[in-house]
Amino acid sequence: MIIGLDVGGTHTDAVLLSSKGIEKKVKVPTDPSNLFNSVLSGFTELLATIDPGMIKRVVISTTLTTNALVHQDMGPIGMIVSAGPGINPDFFKTCDHYYSVAGSINHRGREKAPINKMEIEDIAKKLKKAGVKYIGVVSKFCVRNPSHEILIKRILNKHFKKIFLGHHVSGNLNFPRRIATTHLNAAVFDLHKAFFQAVKKSLIEKGLTIPIQILKADGGTMTLESSMDFPGQTVLSGPAASIMGAIPHAPANQDVIVLDIGGTTTDIAFLVDKAPLLEPVGIKRGRYKSLIRSLRTDSKGIGGDSTLRVNQGELFIGPDRQGPAMAFGGPAPTPTDALVVLGVMDEGDKDKARSGIHEIAKQLALSDTDAAEQIFKKCCSVILKKTFEMVDQLNSQPVYTVHDFLEGYKLSPQKILVLGGPAKFFAKKIEELYQIETMAVPESSVANAIGAALARTTCEVSLNADTEQGIMTAHEEGFAEPISKTYSEDDLIETAYSLLREKALNSGADTENLDEVEVIEFQKFNIVRNFSPRGKIYRTKIQLKPGLIKGFETVLH
Amino acid sequence: MLKASNKTGLVFFPAFDWAIDPTHPEREERLLYTQDQVVEEGIFDIQGIIEYKPELVTARDIQRTHFCVPDEKSMTTESHFISAGGAIAIANAVMNKEVKNGFALVRPPGHHSMRVTHGGRGFCHINIEAIMVEYIRSQFGVKKIAIIDTDCHHGDGTSDIFWHDPDVLFISLHQDGRTMYPGTGFPDELGGPNSKGSNLNIPLPPGTSTEGYLYVIRNCILPILAEFKPDIIVNSAGQDNHYTDPLTNMNFSAQGYAKLTDLLKPDIAVLEGGYAIEGALPYVNLGIILAMAGIDYSGVVEPDYNPEKLKQSVSITDKIKKTTDQINDYWQQRNGFREKSGKPGELVIRHKEVFYDTDNIFERQKETIRICRDCGGSFEIDSKATPGHHILGVHIPINACKNCREKGYDFFEEADKTKYERIYLQDRPKNHYEIK
Ligand SMILES: [Zn+2]
Ligand SMILES: [Zn+2]
Ligand SMILES: [Zn+2]
Repeated sequence: MIIGLDVGGTHTDAVLLSSKGIEKKVKVPTDPSNLFNSVLSGFTELLATIDPGMIKRVVISTTLTTNALVHQDMGPIGMIVSAGPGINPDFFKTCDHYYSVAGSINHRGREKAPINKMEIEDIAKKLKKAGVKYIGVVSKFCVRNPSHEILIKRILNKHFKKIFLGHHVSGNLNFPRRIATTHLNAAVFDLHKAFFQAVKKSLIEKGLTIPIQILKADGGTMTLESSMDFPGQTVLSGPAASIMGAIPHAPANQDVIVLDIGGTTTDIAFLVDKAPLLEPVGIKRGRYKSLIRSLRTDSKGIGGDSTLRVNQGELFIGPDRQGPAMAFGGPAPTPTDALVVLGVMDEGDKDKARSGIHEIAKQLALSDTDAAEQIFKKCCSVILKKTFEMVDQLNSQPVYTVHDFLEGYKLSPQKILVLGGPAKFFAKKIEELYQIETMAVPESSVANAIGAALARTTCEVSLNADTEQGIMTAHEEGFAEPISKTYSEDDLIETAYSLLREKALNSGADTENLDEVEVIEFQKFNIVRNFSPRGKIYRTKIQLKPGLIKGFETVLH
Repeated sequence: MLKASNKTGLVFFPAFDWAIDPTHPEREERLLYTQDQVVEEGIFDIQGIIEYKPELVTARDIQRTHFCVPDEKSMTTESHFISAGGAIAIANAVMNKEVKNGFALVRPPGHHSMRVTHGGRGFCHINIEAIMVEYIRSQFGVKKIAIIDTDCHHGDGTSDIFWHDPDVLFISLHQDGRTMYPGTGFPDELGGPNSKGSNLNIPLPPGTSTEGYLYVIRNCILPILAEFKPDIIVNSAGQDNHYTDPLTNMNFSAQGYAKLTDLLKPDIAVLEGGYAIEGALPYVNLGIILAMAGIDYSGVVEPDYNPEKLKQSVSITDKIKKTTDQINDYWQQRNGFREKSGKPGELVIRHKEVFYDTDNIFERQKETIRICRDCGGSFEIDSKATPGHHILGVHIPINACKNCREKGYDFFEEADKTKYERIYLQDRPKNHYEIK
């Protein structure tokens, strides 16, 4: 049996799954000031009647880092960045103790200016004096040559508890995002470590001794141990849990839209042949941009509890939430009240819902029923408009080869899966209005916990080879080996596969869930100087795709 | 927080799967290191910098500019359609005011490609800026356009296309034609009889450094632009003036390019040449992008940059001053030149020879133009390529007067069908293209 637990903004959901299906589901309120208690009470209820020895897998998803990021409650962090030519690195300042230092590496990974050891020693003294315990070190183009980061770490090692290096974060280029991501890892480390050590300890006390897995923003999992180097990867794992929970119900070989309609917002995501689409570079939320692998989701400020208003004869929905629907004791009319008035939804206090909707109806000069109908339709149309804007955006992404320009994949969704409280009402209406096959995901209220339970381990490896310089490197993995002039494309892919396999096993993957590997990028270039070939550059990126572990999917139908 | 003070559009189309041939300078990896630099700098994350996907031009777009012989398909690959489409995507973004300015980092380039095109010249098959300019004129009704070609080679293709057009000011600065391909672009090449002075060529001596380039911009190009008052400024932003370029002998720098862009303030920049793909392009392109977006570019310096070593000699400085004085003088005399070039209604004939180095073709042209004071004047070009075809192309300019429109149709109707394999009509006022 396996367990998935997702700490959401209002509820903490947990499920126990066996090869027969859902054995048990639990919903407890989340206490934002004490997430540890929320996790614990979820487990306590779930394990009340179960022998912990039967549990083979535990996956936890929390909003811990997301909250820390939103509320900026992070300890003092030292950041040392080495930029070389280009944009002034002071633009990317993440914190007070931010130092831009000498040293430069170019795009081919060649050293152009050395690190000044004295300068680093001086900074170390200042940081120590300021009481800084954790340091992030990032150099421009470190993914091509991390030697400066490693050198700086060596100088700092004796002074600080833990040092986070930029080239471990991702194989992708993007210096400003790497700075932000390295800073995030350093900044949430203490919090993350304390929290999960407490969780681990209390689970052991309950007799659960198997390794704990943690859900990442890309819908995959990693072990608690490997999360210690990249605690930032757990940021925004909430939407990922729900989207993963929709996958059992998605058809193969089709493009599918996933809508998670919550109280305040609706999350929108896409599945292609049962695999979720990922952000091309990393998580982006408003101004915050990172290199953290993540599902491609967007949200619209509209949900079941959005406030309804009329302004100059026009209906407005959200983006704020004042509380639950009036039918459930809330202060202001909401789309949920409209559903109650229409008789679509049986729960709730009909009279209270009607009194709220009546206010809106008066201002729109409509009958209560017509107003409720208009509200319901408008919710659907606002969500779908945003969804199709995203589809257009995805299909107009720039590409860099003639082949991709002319034959690149075009997303054309044929089905919608709806999650969240009002899923079944919305699914029916959307299908009626838009003539597109729409289905509410069964057990939709705990789909997030199911998604967490079933998510398999994911990871990505970037491998570059340069036959002119005679080396292949995957610096993110601390891998570098000499290569010969006859090195080929096949050699590259073979090495990339074995690195990926090793990384996946280290992050907690089991051997039967290692086959969904995909080459997401492959480039090959001749290096030519003065009209004669001097070597080749190969670049590849492969991933273990987000998806579900084997053996549980069919029992959920 | 980094924010562009000018909203800037970028099209980045490196065509990673296209080359003229495997060891040719115009090949797959040309923009690879530029992409690395631009991506590592996080350019596409900067608020106010917007990346656009290229559009795909059609044969119709090319027909506003070229007589492709025998047709557009045989002259181009898909990559040309996307490269020109990249320039057009930027033009749309700028003209629709989605952005203040834009830069198309596309390849293959186009500025050696002339109105009649029988094949490849100087790595170019179709002229992407000219196609964009004609698109802008047809689509947005813009009248006056200035094209400043800062590629190190004379922009002889663009010069040829707008040779007779008084509404397009074309200025090319380049390494002296006596020392550099294509061997043209001298100060006395000033445009056709109806448009003298709207084509200006500023040859620079080998060894010209940042100081010399910026002198020309400040003392010649900016004052002339101020008088011409273009509705939009296009920069053919070739990057082969760089001190490390393998094909040229100049001493320009990334800081210089950024400063030049800052001074020129082009509405649209289009990448042309530039073959120091590792040591120059990443920094030059970054400098141009930042300058266009109005972001501090002072940190964009090549790792091996040494301004002392690149200083230009006093004799070079003197030569450049003399040339700019001469150009300014020609510019002031432009109306007088046009008066003296003939009586309205007269026909003037010009002979021209063109060599296509990329495809090894030799072409002979005989061009006949109607003298006109009211428009650029209609003309016909008798063009014979060896090996290749013998054709006649008739061009009626976009702002043609009534007489010239009629004369254009006379050229087309009276052409001897037995003499030419094909006879083309490019009627710009009607946006019409016809072959008989
Ligand atoms: Zn030029
Ligand atoms: Zn050039
Ligand atoms: Zn005329």
